[in-house]
Amino acid sequence: MIASRAKVGIVAGAMILFGLALTAYKVVRLDLPLWPGESREVWTIETKISFKPSDGPVDVELRLPRGLGGWVTLEEHFASSGFGFSVVEEQGGKVARWSRQSLEHPTTLYYKQQAYRARRDSLPAFPVSEVEAPLLEADQQAAMERLVADLRDRSSGPATFAALLVQELARAEPGQDAEFLLGTYRDTALRVVLDVLAYAGIPAHSVRGIQLQDGRRRQTLSELLEIHDGSGWQLLDPVTGASGLPDNFFVWHRGDGAALRVMGGRDSRLEFALVRNSLSAKTVVSMEQRSDDFALLDFSIYALPVEQQGIFKGILLLPVAAFVVVVMRILVGIKTSGTFMPILIALAFLQTTLLVGLAIFLTLVSVGLWIRSWLSHLNLLLVARVSAVVIVVILLMAVLALISYKLGLDQALTVTFFPTIILAWTIERMSILWEEEGGREVMVQGGGSLLVAVMAYLIMSVGVVEHLTFNFPELLVSLLGVILLIGKYTGYRLSELYRFRDMANMK
Amino acid sequence: MIRLVAPSTLRRLGILGMNSRNIAYIGANNPRRNYQLVDNKLLTKKAALERGIVVPELYGVIDYQFQIDHMLEQLQGRDAFVIKPVQGSGGKGILVIVSRDGDHFVKSSGGVIDYRDLRRHTSNILAGLHSLGGRNDFAMIEALIDFNPALAEYSYEGVPDIRVIVFRGVPVMAMMRCATHASDGKANLHQGAVGVGIDIGNGHSIAAVQHGSLVTHHPDTGACFKSLRLPDWEAILDLAASCAEMTGLGYLGADIVLDRQRGPMLLELNARPGLAIQVANQEGLIHRLKVAEEIANTAPDHNARIRIARERFHRPQPVFPEAGSAPASGAA
Repeated sequence: MIASRAKVGIVAGAMILFGLALTAYKVVRLDLPLWPGESREVWTIETKISFKPSDGPVDVELRLPRGLGGWVTLEEHFASSGFGFSVVEEQGGKVARWSRQSLEHPTTLYYKQQAYRARRDSLPAFPVSEVEAPLLEADQQAAMERLVADLRDRSSGPATFAALLVQELARAEPGQDAEFLLGTYRDTALRVVLDVLAYAGIPAHSVRGIQLQDGRRRQTLSELLEIHDGSGWQLLDPVTGASGLPDNFFVWHRGDGAALRVMGGRDSRLEFALVRNSLSAKTVVSMEQRSDDFALLDFSIYALPVEQQGIFKGILLLPVAAFVVVVMRILVGIKTSGTFMPILIALAFLQTTLLVGLAIFLTLVSVGLWIRSWLSHLNLLLVARVSAVVIVVILLMAVLALISYKLGLDQALTVTFFPTIILAWTIERMSILWEEEGGREVMVQGGGSLLVAVMAYLIMSVGVVEHLTFNFPELLVSLLGVILLIGKYTGYRLSELYRFRDMANMK
Repeated sequence: MIRLVAPSTLRRLGILGMNSRNIAYIGANNPRRNYQLVDNKLLTKKAALERGIVVPELYGVIDYQFQIDHMLEQLQGRDAFVIKPVQGSGGKGILVIVSRDGDHFVKSSGGVIDYRDLRRHTSNILAGLHSLGGRNDFAMIEALIDFNPALAEYSYEGVPDIRVIVFRGVPVMAMMRCATHASDGKANLHQGAVGVGIDIGNGHSIAAVQHGSLVTHHPDTGACFKSLRLPDWEAILDLAASCAEMTGLGYLGADIVLDRQRGPMLLELNARPGLAIQVANQEGLIHRLKVAEEIANTAPDHNARIRIARERFHRPQPVFPEAGSAPASGAA
């Protein structure tokens, strides 16, 4: 036993040292920041073009973003196996072109770039072109005529005209003319807006770009509206009517024309996967200077495709939660219902935020317990009963989501992040525990699980922890070492100091 | 402020903690492959019978759902029986029927259930609700213990059982667990059963504890624990030590009941016996375990181990509270 203790000590010590040493190396030599504070937000944007080939040669053209609004591209990378590939300078910006004589299978092409917003610039000047009146049917023309006249009466200039127009079309019950136009266009409201503006003689175009959301995997291009108010260009959100360039909007392409053209293919899709990382300002600067030969990021999770990076961001937090469970159970001695159930609850809390998550969890479990007590009269077989509880939990989630949505409480919609099956088992176990050992034990174990879940959540949601686990995954080796050491801990648990408190008086 | 005791005090008293029990005693002395014999009560019973250890009579085993009705028919002639999961843990899922009135069965707690409840309970057992790890299980039906009337006054609505911790074949510590009204007829100390520490030397009571506090009298029956003298003590220790030899487990808890006619009888074995026995005895296990190791290394045989243990672990001074203090009143 002594030997095994020493062995574990040596292995654990080696692991802890290895993790710390590698971290130190990365901090000192590679300049990765240890703290997330002094950093730039670098977005990795992975563009995915997928399509099904039809007969004949395939030609794919993707307009590349130009770095508008202060965005700087640090690194870009194209994946084009089997395709002829070139980037050509065209009027209005760079275009990536993939071509191939023939193709048999549905194909996906990738373009990955890393970019950060160096300055909060507004968009640069853009030539104002002659406004061409749209081609319309007679009845559309009449409707447009009335709509333009009405809006002109209510507006003071092109900017307010456009804002009013957007509002008019976004209303739940738009006016007759607006409704007619929306109905006959069979297209997005933005097309109608552009045509109405053209009809009114206001220069306008759409601005395509990406809504940046960390961890999004199948983001598509969204559009903003840009109009010329006589003195300069103004940006407008075509849905909300808000003006200006939103902070989380990465401008891809400004003006008319498609961002993606696929010839010799059909069902083409343009999707983006997004991940946000914090890199130190220093690193970002040096990346900018030698963006081609910078090998730093090949050394870490950053080398993975963006989708996997996003997943790993979450997975790398799990060991921290497991560590919390180890500490709470072995060193503190808290009883939980199910060893790792608290981790799953904590993961759900990460999505829902703490208070909402707690409220949802308690509601689901208590209503579930109440329904389960009714099920117990039915004398069902266990597996069927748990399955019934699963379905009840799902229905409860749906009801909760619906009610809260109707009440305008959007947060409760995150109820879907709770692990259904785990909840059902928790309810089943607690219900049996209640029957066999009484409500007190249910409170002890349920409360213990929640306490551990909340602690795991609090630790996982600390920015530094996410930063460290993602940028220095080798620290997990150190954590593993610490867990091995705790696994050999034979001392008392904190709870035992309470449990045996009266023993001190004996003898 | 929650009152805690210093770890150094516990160490001085030799209190065994959960982590230490798991690593130093269970992990180091109980080979994994031998667990099956303990966790599976049918295997325990079979092995015990082969060694001539007395166990409660087995009425039958239910392996599959469809056998439930058939089995219950076979119980027609029996008024009292116990249904338990073969691989249950911690006394979970044990249903004790003490008498019946036609289609109604009276539980040990006095509650009345019918065939439907009985069937539901059995099918829950088969589905593994009470079992270690929740795997599918079997239900076994065995005879109700006709327990020794000398002990009847010490237990309320349940069978008092005797837990003996055996370390490497040496009986180390013992307690009797007495069900109370608060514990709902169950012998679990954390549910409010009274734990009575028993002197390994002579089977006399040392201390009695309910909810962690010393008591002198049973809260429901009013029986005084000071005068508790377990009959057949030699046989109880012999049985417990034999179980250790039978299972090959170095650290073992044997649960024993005293039957009116058949004497000490093995109820079940436990490869992970709890720590509450230390509270019931008002003494830590670690010092005794060290002594037991010595005994195991020197004593030549089974009988010698028990004899030396009885000498070494004898406690001349019981630790009951001062005379005159009122008996603790449970929820009557």
